[in-house]
Amino acid sequence: MATTLPPPKIEILPVPDRSGNGHVGGGQNLIPDVANLRVAQQYSPPASSSAIWVGIAAICMSFAAFTSALIVRQASNDWRHITLPSVLFLSTLLLLASSVTLEVARRRVASYMLGADSNIASPRLWLYLTLGLGLLFVAGQYMAWLQLRSQGLYLATNPNSSFFYVFTALHALHVLGGLAGLLRAIRKLGNATLRRSTLNATAIYWHFMGVLWIYLFLLLWLKI
Amino acid sequence: MHETSAAPAVVHGPPTTFLSKHVFSLDHKVIGLQYYTLALFAVVVGMVLSWLMRIHLGWTNAAIPGLQALSPNGAPGGVMTPEYYLQLMTMHATIMVFFVLTTAPFAAFGNYFLPIQVGAEDMPFPHFNMMSFWTTFTAFLILVTAFFVPDGPPLAGWTSYAPLSAIGKDAGPGQGTGQVIWAAALGVFCIGQLLGSLNFISTVLDMRTKGMTLSRLPVTCWAWFITSCMGLTAFAVLMPATILLILDHVAGTSFFVPSGLVLNDQLVPHSGGSTLLWQHLFWFFGHPEVYIAIIPGMGIVTHVLITNMRRPMLSMKAILYSMWALAFLSYMVYGHHMFVSGMNPFSSLVFSFPTLMITIPSTVVVLIWIGSLYGSKLRINTASLFALGFISMFVSGGVSGFFLAQPSIDIMLHATYFVVGHFHMVMGVAAMFGIFSGTYFWFPKMTGHMMNETIGRIHFWLTFIGTYCIFMPFHYLGWAGNVRRYAAFTDDFLKPLIPVHQFITIAALFTGAVQLLFLYNLIHSRFRGPAAPANPWEGTSLEWIMPSPPPWNNFGGKDPVVYHDADQYGVKTASGADYIMQNSPEQALATSEGD
Repeated sequence: MATTLPPPKIEILPVPDRSGNGHVGGGQNLIPDVANLRVAQQYSPPASSSAIWVGIAAICMSFAAFTSALIVRQASNDWRHITLPSVLFLSTLLLLASSVTLEVARRRVASYMLGADSNIASPRLWLYLTLGLGLLFVAGQYMAWLQLRSQGLYLATNPNSSFFYVFTALHALHVLGGLAGLLRAIRKLGNATLRRSTLNATAIYWHFMGVLWIYLFLLLWLKI
Repeated sequence: MHETSAAPAVVHGPPTTFLSKHVFSLDHKVIGLQYYTLALFAVVVGMVLSWLMRIHLGWTNAAIPGLQALSPNGAPGGVMTPEYYLQLMTMHATIMVFFVLTTAPFAAFGNYFLPIQVGAEDMPFPHFNMMSFWTTFTAFLILVTAFFVPDGPPLAGWTSYAPLSAIGKDAGPGQGTGQVIWAAALGVFCIGQLLGSLNFISTVLDMRTKGMTLSRLPVTCWAWFITSCMGLTAFAVLMPATILLILDHVAGTSFFVPSGLVLNDQLVPHSGGSTLLWQHLFWFFGHPEVYIAIIPGMGIVTHVLITNMRRPMLSMKAILYSMWALAFLSYMVYGHHMFVSGMNPFSSLVFSFPTLMITIPSTVVVLIWIGSLYGSKLRINTASLFALGFISMFVSGGVSGFFLAQPSIDIMLHATYFVVGHFHMVMGVAAMFGIFSGTYFWFPKMTGHMMNETIGRIHFWLTFIGTYCIFMPFHYLGWAGNVRRYAAFTDDFLKPLIPVHQFITIAALFTGAVQLLFLYNLIHSRFRGPAAPANPWEGTSLEWIMPSPPPWNNFGGKDPVVYHDADQYGVKTASGADYIMQNSPEQALATSEGD
């Protein structure tokens, strides 16, 4: 007589909500394969944690395309080296400092969210500091453009300056996006809707802006 | 405790206003249908442009009624100038490649069915999703405005090679404003695609329901996932290319314009750019793009065939690995578009080798389809007919790729109709057949009505015959030396080929007219078609467990639980059915037990 197999026994190990977003999202592989009665863990990665890396991958590809354009264009015989505006050294330090302040802010937010510290002013202050340093960075970029203009180097003056403006402008645009994300995180912290995964994603993006800038800075310094 | 408020259990609430329900919808199903409608509109525009081109090629001095009204400069007296022919050709290709072939199989069906097939309530970032559609729509609007600027659309082809595309309006009509509009539209399109790809990848990685391991994903989900990974990396390279092109036009930079260029007896003031750079950037995007156009179709065809054969493919793993291999290799072959561009001939060898290698996974997929079909009792319906048609077209169009992959042969065939025949068969027909197959297959689920099967079969057979009549002769023309992107064949060696062109034109007009049957079927069935059951094709994947059409939150607020992969066809079950749905805990009976 034909029989059907009963559903396989499932063991679920409870996992603390590390992501801080209430296990929203999929990946809950509770039911193991019939052929493989392995124990399944309940784990839900928040969607934003993988999405931010996907976004970073796309941005990397774009800057890789620009870099290859730079390398090809350098081969032509009208390449004249330009001196990097000195303000860029300062703005680089400001951006790196903003990564530090953001990490401090994250720890303060975490302890605030866990209830260890009931003072919201401190995490908010450090987030605003990060925002301020980011704005100063963008201002520094603008000053670098002014310095170049004073040397008579505009967008179309020579291929060198073209790439300088294109690279710095696009990076600054992405930094502005990061600033918008920081503002959003500050607002959400204020009305108690900030998820840890949101802050994590914002922080990853912001640190990526720093890493990307270091790469671009070295590229411009050594190649342009 | 200052813990944040618990994340909402639903991704978004039900729509309330007319605008939030039908226009600015966060629902992935509505967004998918919006993409489909955009693609439908775009394909009609693209087809009309192709008819205008074909009429001109067959009857070069014929006056086309109404054309002068559209462009008095481009078609004085209704007779197309050669420049206007190229302008129509550029827009035909751009609209078709971007707004039909990238939009329909990937964005339209993917948005609608990917969350459902993984068992999710929606995509994880519905606002990004909505923005991705409206960005794509905006890109289409921007592109179409090129028809209405004084000089008209650009004429540099959808490939838009520099320096023709980069030096501005002196290069020809449409090369000023039109070219900038074209580049801007493409740049905006890239943003839409990036947002969409982000959602697709996150859905597959993070939104799968209980029990939906990666190995249980339906093949269509894998196809959309692979395509979105490609889209992310490829479109992220096209956007820089378009930005640099726009800067060359409006800012006087010189990324793509070489020095020493003389145009109309005047030295062009740009200097030192690299025209080859544009080709590298464009084709690094361009080759993955054509695989973006075809891989979702492969997924749809596999899915439709499995359901209608009532048994799984011989090896789903081989199909999946082949799709990944296609995606990976597609980044290494792009130089085969540049064999005669003047780059180092050794690099032609370097690109030719992976181009020949990439035929291997394509062949593996086709052989598995054919091998699985052998001995199966395939249920014949319009969806499965179009799936078979896809295989036929993909093989017919694909084998010409073997020839083009070899630089020595490509020297003769490059820029001839052989190439045009190749890519039209694989993209213009095979990918379209994938879209048709998906439409006929999923229409009952999306609308709650069945399409008319008789009209569907007539549509299939006439389209199948018609497209072979159009595009097979292209290969002959190419071997005979017929150059592409010519508006008229006045050379002595091309004049004898004009009757072939006339035959093709008649076939094209006929096949275009046949699509009216499809349009009628689509619209009539939407409103008057017989009611569709939840699972008309007896499919196993999760889209068939919900009512037709699905409610706003897909599974009614309850996550489905998945016990099987989507290949449980041809099994013996206690209930007597020959299939087990993915969410059914029922197990297949061991066939060795009698009775």
